[in-house]
Amino acid sequence: MTEAISLKTPLTDKDVEKLKIGDRVLLSGVIYTGRDAAHKRLFDLLKEGKELPFDIRGQIIYYVGPTPAKPGQIFGSAGPTTSYRMDAYAPALIEKGLKGMIGKGMRSESVKDAMKKHQAVYFAATGGAGALLAKKVKRAEIVAYEDLGPEAIRKLEVEKFPVIIINDVRGNDLYIEGEKKYKQG
Amino acid sequence: MREIDVKLITEKVRNLCIEANTDLGEDVLQSFDRAIQKEDSPLGVEILKELKENARIAKDEKVAMCQDTGFAVVFIELGQDVHLVGGGLKEAIFEGVRQGYRDGYLRKSVCHPFTRANTGDNTPAIIHTEIVSGDQVKIIVAPKGGGSENMSRVVMLTPSDGIEGIKRYVVQRVKESGSNPCPPTIVGVGIGGTFELAALLAKKSLLRPLGSRNQESELNQLESEILEEINRLGIGPQGLGGRTTSLAVHILMMPCHIASFPLAVNIQCHAQRHKEIIL
Repeated sequence: MTEAISLKTPLTDKDVEKLKIGDRVLLSGVIYTGRDAAHKRLFDLLKEGKELPFDIRGQIIYYVGPTPAKPGQIFGSAGPTTSYRMDAYAPALIEKGLKGMIGKGMRSESVKDAMKKHQAVYFAATGGAGALLAKKVKRAEIVAYEDLGPEAIRKLEVEKFPVIIINDVRGNDLYIEGEKKYKQG
Repeated sequence: MREIDVKLITEKVRNLCIEANTDLGEDVLQSFDRAIQKEDSPLGVEILKELKENARIAKDEKVAMCQDTGFAVVFIELGQDVHLVGGGLKEAIFEGVRQGYRDGYLRKSVCHPFTRANTGDNTPAIIHTEIVSGDQVKIIVAPKGGGSENMSRVVMLTPSDGIEGIKRYVVQRVKESGSNPCPPTIVGVGIGGTFELAALLAKKSLLRPLGSRNQESELNQLESEILEEINRLGIGPQGLGGRTTSLAVHILMMPCHIASFPLAVNIQCHAQRHKEIIL
């Protein structure tokens, strides 16, 4: 297996262009959290022509709703949630400059098209590895929608956060290619 | 008649909620080891090792292994010679869930279906009570995550679909679920009964330890055959490609109506959590 690629956020077009499916990437820097309810609100803001609560250009959104942090913990357990529920909202955010999404599970054709058109990528983190992934979070603060509890938008500072490229900017999909490679009969 | 104060049930449910979410069963860890031996995909092996490391961290640091600490599903086997005192059973269980999810720093994941407003304390719990003989109370807490539950289905097959129909449907369900339910999964299958009972059988089948045999040889055979077919799909750990799509298929079956052939498939992620205690 090839060595993991280290990447600093925010991401540029040049950063994402070189990534290909199956690449293991270690992300360091700021990423934002957001899942079902937060996505609906961001989408509604865009529909009304309003500003988003943070500058989304070059950013990564991590689909996660963490457990509450224990005393002494920076961040609670934080593995990815299933991404297809964000598919209805993601293309509009990608169009506004979102460069990456972290989740698990396959994306719709419209999300894949938007990634190709606007140079964005989709990463998977290991679903269910919440305790392990929490250790990669070095700082966390709520930046919007505190009323949503675990679903609030948080700004995280991560160090060597391990992810795998599922969809690259050329329209490839690791879920499809991986299954093909190992399918028997 | 033996008296049991429901306060004891609250305390035990509280502890079981925390234990189930932080301490993955030895049977699951062993099944990860068996899968590592068989897995051809290097990325798949990496994932399985990550899951073992994650379980170790969760246990050592007493933190949730997964951020989705689930809907609290509670199975109660209540001996008919037990007299519960000090309050209602349902409220005692709810209070245990409330305390467990608060004290264990577990995520509250229950909300109103329309407004999506969080209930704030992970109640209500889902309670399945069975009255059994004897003077004991068995409590099983099995937190169920949303990602894998969403991939589950109940279908009313036609009797002529037969065993082949069961196989086809279960394998197809796993195939269509792909990477969504956090493979490697455990596939709970309920056959027979009525519409609602098939689903309950599927869920109950997940309580059986991984690596154990089905007591009914016909079903044991069917479990092996379905598992083999599933693991030829190529989905693999986390859907990245590989041999380990599911760790096990578990089946529970009961008689059904002469016109019916109910089938339920309850998909369980690799965080196969359940803890029990007998009072």
